[in-house]
Amino acid sequence: MSSVLKTNALESEAIYIFREVISQFDKPVLLFSGGKDSITLVRLAQKAFFPAKIPFPLLHVDTGHNFPETIEFRDKLVAELGLELIVRNVQDAIDEGKVVEETGKYSSRNSLQTITLLDAIEEFKFDACIGGARRDEEKARAKERIFSVRDDFGQWDEKNQRPELFDILNGKIENGQNVRVFPISNWTELDVWSYIEQEKIEIPSIYFSHKRKVFLRDGLIWSHSEFVYQEEDEQIEERIVRFRTVGDMTCTAAVDSYAATIKEVVGEIRTSTISERGARIDDKRSEAAMEKRKQQGYF
Amino acid sequence: MEVLKIATAGSVDDGKSTLIGRLLYDTKSLTTDKIEAIEKSSKLKGYDYLDFSLATDGLVAEREQGITIDVAHIYFSTAKKSYIIADTPGHVEYTRNMVTGASTSQVSIILIDARKGVIEQTYRHFFINNLLRVKEVIVAINKMDLVDYSEEVYNKIKADFQALNAKSTFKEQNVSYIPLSAINGGNVVDKSENMKWYDGQTVLEHLEALEPTDVFEKGEARFPVQTVIRPKTEEYHDFRGYAGKLYGNSIKVGDAVTVLPSLTESKVKNIHFFDKTFDEAVAGSSITIELENDINVTRGDMIVKSTELPKIEKDITTTVCWMDSKKLVPGTKYIVQHNTNRVLAKVESIKNTIATDYSGTTPATQLAINEIGEVSIKLSKPLYFDAYNDNKSNGAFILIDTATNTTAGVGFIR
Repeated sequence: MSSVLKTNALESEAIYIFREVISQFDKPVLLFSGGKDSITLVRLAQKAFFPAKIPFPLLHVDTGHNFPETIEFRDKLVAELGLELIVRNVQDAIDEGKVVEETGKYSSRNSLQTITLLDAIEEFKFDACIGGARRDEEKARAKERIFSVRDDFGQWDEKNQRPELFDILNGKIENGQNVRVFPISNWTELDVWSYIEQEKIEIPSIYFSHKRKVFLRDGLIWSHSEFVYQEEDEQIEERIVRFRTVGDMTCTAAVDSYAATIKEVVGEIRTSTISERGARIDDKRSEAAMEKRKQQGYF
Repeated sequence: MEVLKIATAGSVDDGKSTLIGRLLYDTKSLTTDKIEAIEKSSKLKGYDYLDFSLATDGLVAEREQGITIDVAHIYFSTAKKSYIIADTPGHVEYTRNMVTGASTSQVSIILIDARKGVIEQTYRHFFINNLLRVKEVIVAINKMDLVDYSEEVYNKIKADFQALNAKSTFKEQNVSYIPLSAINGGNVVDKSENMKWYDGQTVLEHLEALEPTDVFEKGEARFPVQTVIRPKTEEYHDFRGYAGKLYGNSIKVGDAVTVLPSLTESKVKNIHFFDKTFDEAVAGSSITIELENDINVTRGDMIVKSTELPKIEKDITTTVCWMDSKKLVPGTKYIVQHNTNRVLAKVESIKNTIATDYSGTTPATQLAINEIGEVSIKLSKPLYFDAYNDNKSNGAFILIDTATNTTAGVGFIR
């Protein structure tokens, strides 16, 4: 019997982008957060280069405020696939006095990651940083290119971006510049979840419903943790929750959910009327919050 | 799931954002928090209706000026398909953005304000869809509520557009005409109660009914090699696979193939996708091919069927759309990127500029930003290409500025 390969357009596009990265750049790196998008990227990179190993390292910018489940998962994945993992800590930048820790009710290390990331790019001379950002996540990201050029300071000049025609990708840069690469630019949240289901990709347990100590603030469910500032009148309670998006504990809110399997999670996303970034505390700061962070070099 | 990419172009006042917002709203693709954000913003500005443009205009500068200045990508899906809209502004100074949006799209929606009818901007949008060979064009005649849902107005605009269509050189293009009212939703997703005289499809019905064969052009199989995969592990000691994306017709195991530019002949031994092998792969697949003989193939090479060789030439005549503020002048050197191949090139001569309103050509010696013209290019090494009109993927290229590295223009080989 003759077998014809059925093509998934989004998967094929992402694989194509990975292969352009390895051909056009000397020192690519995959930015790995331990979240579902970067885990999906790892699977796509595996597919792009099989039977060879993934030909670049993973870089994790660790805020020190991550969910322990994420870190555990990260280390297991790296060991299983025999990948090289580089970890750089935001704590080091704080200790060196390069950044100042935020204080108060909404304090988070999320925006402090930028300095650590830019330092790591300089330390290793990375010329391409592959990330799992998607255009559907947030409106500033909707205009992001697949190959997005950053200057020596890591800055994004959103008004002066290179046009991207057909699937021709132009990654030519000057010394000192680098390119942010987004292979799953055109995926939606549902596309990612459906792919995780179809490919049976393992993800950290916090994406599935579990019992957690939380408190309520501004209509969002915050994790109770030593890293998260909590007012005295904010009552701790136990709830059955899961996370739809996973960042640092200080900027990711949980949702009430009984979805315990990937199938139930996909079903929940399909019928959900709240967007994924609705649970991102960092985006709620202002209407242009993401755009401002991106201009400064944030992912 | 099937993915369909749609290009839209237009200005704020022809209701483009409202149409897109309506598509998202009626397919239940807008989430509660997004709707709330729109409501909040609309209220702040004192509008008494939902201003959907707030959902699509991304950047701060655009929100301040109330205009769209780049290409924005908007996503929605139905049970049947995933849709990606590449939304661009419609004015002449954004020709390059429109060309960019159309280059990745299979369907184009051209918006017409029913009160204004076919105007210069309509010509331009249609011209770009002709030039780029976008196979499906939907002429969305909007704001029908403001012309009393008049069938007469619709017929007049349709006739005007058909006269324009007669000037097109792309006869395989399929043009559909849909009267609609985006602001109250008529004929966008649901049928309009006010236009019973129209018995055609709504915009979404039309999009849902499109099959891949309707929107993708057929062409000879082309496989530009992106990278060579050599695992150098014990298990795959001698493995040498050519990784790339397939365009045009399918490729099968056993096919006699030729590698360009060396013209070496071989046969397809295996087609790999991840850890499985297949007998056949179709267009759009990112695969890895093993050949029977151990020959030298590198990035930038192209594998084709031996009976379907492309043209191999060093001098090409092209239509170029210029995208850089620095003008294109003869004698300048650029890097041509054609598929995965990069070749140093010199601009030999510029013959003319081509008006985007079908009024013809004007002799010219240079191209400014947003101008389109006929340009002869000399290459330092031959390209292996097809005319754009015969094989889209193998007939287009970009020009990279050697000093700034920016993508300065796009060309279509004649």
